[in-house]
Amino acid sequence: MRDAVIQVRELTKRFDQVVAVDSISFEVAGGTITALLGGNGAGKTTTLAMVLGLLLPTSGTVTVLGEDMRRHRHRVLPRINFSSPYIDLPRRLSLAENLTVYAHLYGLADVRRRIGRITGELGLEDLMDRSFGTLSAGQKTRASLAKALLNEPELLLLDEPTASLDPDTADWVRGYLESYRDRTGATMLIASHNMAEVERLCSDVLIMAAGQIVDRGTPAQLIARYGRRTLEEVFLDIARRRVGGAREAAPTAAQ
Amino acid sequence: MTALGRQAAVAGAARPARWFSWRRVGAMTLRYLYLLRGSWPRVVELIYWPTVQVLLWGFITQFFLYHSSWVMQTAGVLLAGVLLWDVLFRSQLGVSISFLEEVWSRNLGHLFVSPLRSYELVVALTVMSLIRTLIGVLPASVAAILLYHYSIYELGLPLIAFFFNLLVFGWSIGLMVSALVLRWGLGAESLAWLAIFAIAPVSCIYYPITVLPEWLRVVAWALPSAQVFEGMRAVLVDGVFRTDLLAAAVILNVLYFSLGAAALLYSFHVARVRGLLLQMGE
Repeated sequence: MRDAVIQVRELTKRFDQVVAVDSISFEVAGGTITALLGGNGAGKTTTLAMVLGLLLPTSGTVTVLGEDMRRHRHRVLPRINFSSPYIDLPRRLSLAENLTVYAHLYGLADVRRRIGRITGELGLEDLMDRSFGTLSAGQKTRASLAKALLNEPELLLLDEPTASLDPDTADWVRGYLESYRDRTGATMLIASHNMAEVERLCSDVLIMAAGQIVDRGTPAQLIARYGRRTLEEVFLDIARRRVGGAREAAPTAAQ
Repeated sequence: MTALGRQAAVAGAARPARWFSWRRVGAMTLRYLYLLRGSWPRVVELIYWPTVQVLLWGFITQFFLYHSSWVMQTAGVLLAGVLLWDVLFRSQLGVSISFLEEVWSRNLGHLFVSPLRSYELVVALTVMSLIRTLIGVLPASVAAILLYHYSIYELGLPLIAFFFNLLVFGWSIGLMVSALVLRWGLGAESLAWLAIFAIAPVSCIYYPITVLPEWLRVVAWALPSAQVFEGMRAVLVDGVFRTDLLAAAVILNVLYFSLGAAALLYSFHVARVRGLLLQMGE
């Protein structure tokens, strides 16, 4: 196994009485694409935010590219990037202006050339003068991906990377991410509840529920372990077992 | 070339981020300038209010000129007060509005996973505030010359001291307002427009501090703005540049700016504890 790019140890996040992430530990090996798979409120985005250093853990540690993210995140931030459909770029700035600002923030050597290359690869050339706010949801997703790839990150964290994309564009984006990984050797951690996406892209899947990692393996291993045909069936199996368990454990009104 | 080596060549970014980068500050300033460039109503709005103020108070001054011997001696007091008050108002608004732009556009999450440091953002906000203040106040000062033959530049070197002290005090209030917005969300947004007017009566823009009741004078003397306007009147009425007032304003500004910057930086820390950087937005 290659060196771990992300190491998470006993990571916990509490918001008052709510435990969003409950003492999880995992590693992500270099050059792999790993998925955080789970339903709404499972703790995927919270985990991503703590890996990025956007959110401080209540306890536990996150090490990225050998650096403790609580104390030395600025040592690795130029080498990583992030995209999420839930965080916008400035809406009134054009796509070209947005990418120029971020290219300077990342200290890129040849701003114009780099922006030209990445927007060419993502088919965004005709949208450069459009303000971000006027782009369609799918165009915004590709634009955010362009921002996330500007610095050719060694580690890319993606929150639902193909949300809002039509099946054809989503398929193209998945292919692009695979080729990017193959070309650069980059590592990716993806939060998703799109099973087809996870099956296609990811060599390692961490299944989260109620803030915990409830299972882990390759898509094939998980499918075999649960005796199912697809990862979606595995996901539903786990989700319904937990709901069923909770129903059985819950006291009835008569009790 | 290895993948990582190629990345380093492309990005220049595989190096650890330096503790401070003027390029990153410039990038954020560029971001606000793009916004201004893309919207002429914003530029017009910047110029509009200071010019309207000058017009209004210019006519009032002209009226007083014929009815008050005191004002006759100090015809510039009102117009200088208007222009310098707008320096304070615009500089505060320049910081608050630029910060609110990040909140409105839900961009804080992207900014804080980039190599940008929170104190670099603070510097960028102050640079943009200076630019916005100059855009607003310079045309108004020219209007005063053209319409009333009053030039605030006749204050000479003291004008520079007055300008920068008010500018820095405006930054301090703007940073505190930004900290409150970060902490309490857009519910605190209206503070960006209201906060500065809370100190207007005790800043003694158009009247001497002695007009205030005794107990309120203590509050006034604790504000750099009151020191500046008192100093302005000393120059205009008595022809004296009061270095004691200037020194007091500078000391107070160091204190208030430190408090403002510390409040915003602490709010960033709280936002990272509470997960606000991902949630905040319209």
